[in-house]
Amino acid sequence: MKKNRVVNRIYLILIIIFLYAPILTLMVLSFNNGKSMGKWTGFSLHWYAEMFRDDTIMEALRNTLVIALIASVASTVIGTAATVAIQRMRPRSRNALLAANNVPLLNADIVTGISLMLMFVAFVVTLSMGTVILAHITFCIPYVILSVLPRAREIGNSSYEAALDLGATPVYAFFKVTLPELKPGIISGFLLAFTMSVDDFIVTHFTRGAGVNTLSTMIYGMVKIGIRPTIYALSTIVFLTVLVLLIIANVVPARAEKKRREGTHA
Amino acid sequence: MFRNKKTRYTMILSGPYLLWIIGGTLIPLIMMFYYGLTTADGGFTLSNVFAIAEAGHAKALGQALLYSAVSTVVCFVLAFPLAVILKNSKLGTKGFVVFVFILPMWMNFLLRTMAWQVLLEKGGVINGVLTWMGLPRMRLINTPGAIIMGMVYDFLPFMIMPLYNVMSKIDNNVVEAARDLGASGWQVIYKVLLPLSVPGIVSGVTMVFVPALTTFVISNMLGGGKIFLIGNVIEHEFTVGDNWHLGAGLSLVMMVFILISMAFIAKFDKNGEGNLL
Repeated sequence: MKKNRVVNRIYLILIIIFLYAPILTLMVLSFNNGKSMGKWTGFSLHWYAEMFRDDTIMEALRNTLVIALIASVASTVIGTAATVAIQRMRPRSRNALLAANNVPLLNADIVTGISLMLMFVAFVVTLSMGTVILAHITFCIPYVILSVLPRAREIGNSSYEAALDLGATPVYAFFKVTLPELKPGIISGFLLAFTMSVDDFIVTHFTRGAGVNTLSTMIYGMVKIGIRPTIYALSTIVFLTVLVLLIIANVVPARAEKKRREGTHA
Repeated sequence: MFRNKKTRYTMILSGPYLLWIIGGTLIPLIMMFYYGLTTADGGFTLSNVFAIAEAGHAKALGQALLYSAVSTVVCFVLAFPLAVILKNSKLGTKGFVVFVFILPMWMNFLLRTMAWQVLLEKGGVINGVLTWMGLPRMRLINTPGAIIMGMVYDFLPFMIMPLYNVMSKIDNNVVEAARDLGASGWQVIYKVLLPLSVPGIVSGVTMVFVPALTTFVISNMLGGGKIFLIGNVIEHEFTVGDNWHLGAGLSLVMMVFILISMAFIAKFDKNGEGNLL
């Protein structure tokens, strides 16, 4: 039994190494003085300085954040409203909508990207940053719905209906009762949508206009010319940002939950 | 009157979403079919779909199926023991597990694939270490192995999460009952844990297989543009090749495999137990 436990530990550690070693390699290389990927030539921070001075990287970073922010806010609003509505529908329409919700989730990104591009072109919409944002909203909404739905199910309609019985208008009850109750789900849905948007390459690749670059499309373009160490510096920063975001995403709902519980006890 | 008001309220809330389903999912898919089944001058044809039988395309599809199948199997072989270990271990509080094993998944996909390029390149990290130890260099990049490695690395978390999710929901009493009835450790795994985690296995397999089958990024970055998978062929038709009808037709063929995977999920994972979230 004891030997088993040691074997299990080693296995866990090996998988963790496999998952993290490549990322750590990039982080180490970002501090390498020279340009070589295979040789260590001393510690330096100059790739970071150069990264912040690089207009291409900074513009791609700005585009990525603008797209992700607009797409995640819009998809959170649309998705949350839809979830509340889905919750009140008859089972048949509810199942139909949830099935439709699954299509972009299970479909391959390349199909989502190409089909959206074909639609934009058919309706003579010039591909631009706007089309990228519309495309991102499309694939972000399902994630928001998936995050809010369990919470909506758990809560049910009773407090909303109680509010109506006590004379609240539907709008008032929605903002004062339904939304606060759904808040943890909405927050995690928003963060999920945001990360999905930042992470996306394939859909952006097909729906972007000429000259519009996000971090992903910029890196893809760079692969052909050769990767510069500034990108390693960028990876390090991206990784640390993701780390912080994930910690927030895990801590905030847990906190809110705790607060809610304490609130009901008091 | 009340009933009516309620319906209107539901309509207002779900309206934007309905528009989005129509505009973002339905119409684009119709466009895909339209392009795939027509010629450049608008006439109906099946030649774009049957073009999959042409030597180059068939080879690309075959290779994509082979590589994605191999990487799916590798992901399963790596992830299943991990899920069993995590289920039994005391450190398996859900938050921690999700955190450690899902964190790399949130790191930009392009950067993760690039990391393997940096490791495997001719003058890359692994060869650098080999040279430093006085060993001869190896040819690692631009091989099928490199592509499969990239697929396994990029999609492994998609296998770990659903497997861990179903596994952690299996009642420990069931395992103990099997033990009490004389099952050995292996028997518990094969006769109890494996059958009970089928919903998670199916959704894990789908979530690895579909993106691996359709990728063009991994094969491009780690295959050096020499190994063409079906995703590369389609991407090429839409960007460089400029034959959108052919690209859409081949996409329709690829969608058949996606639909099969979706049907599998619907059959085996009715309650969405194996969901990623």
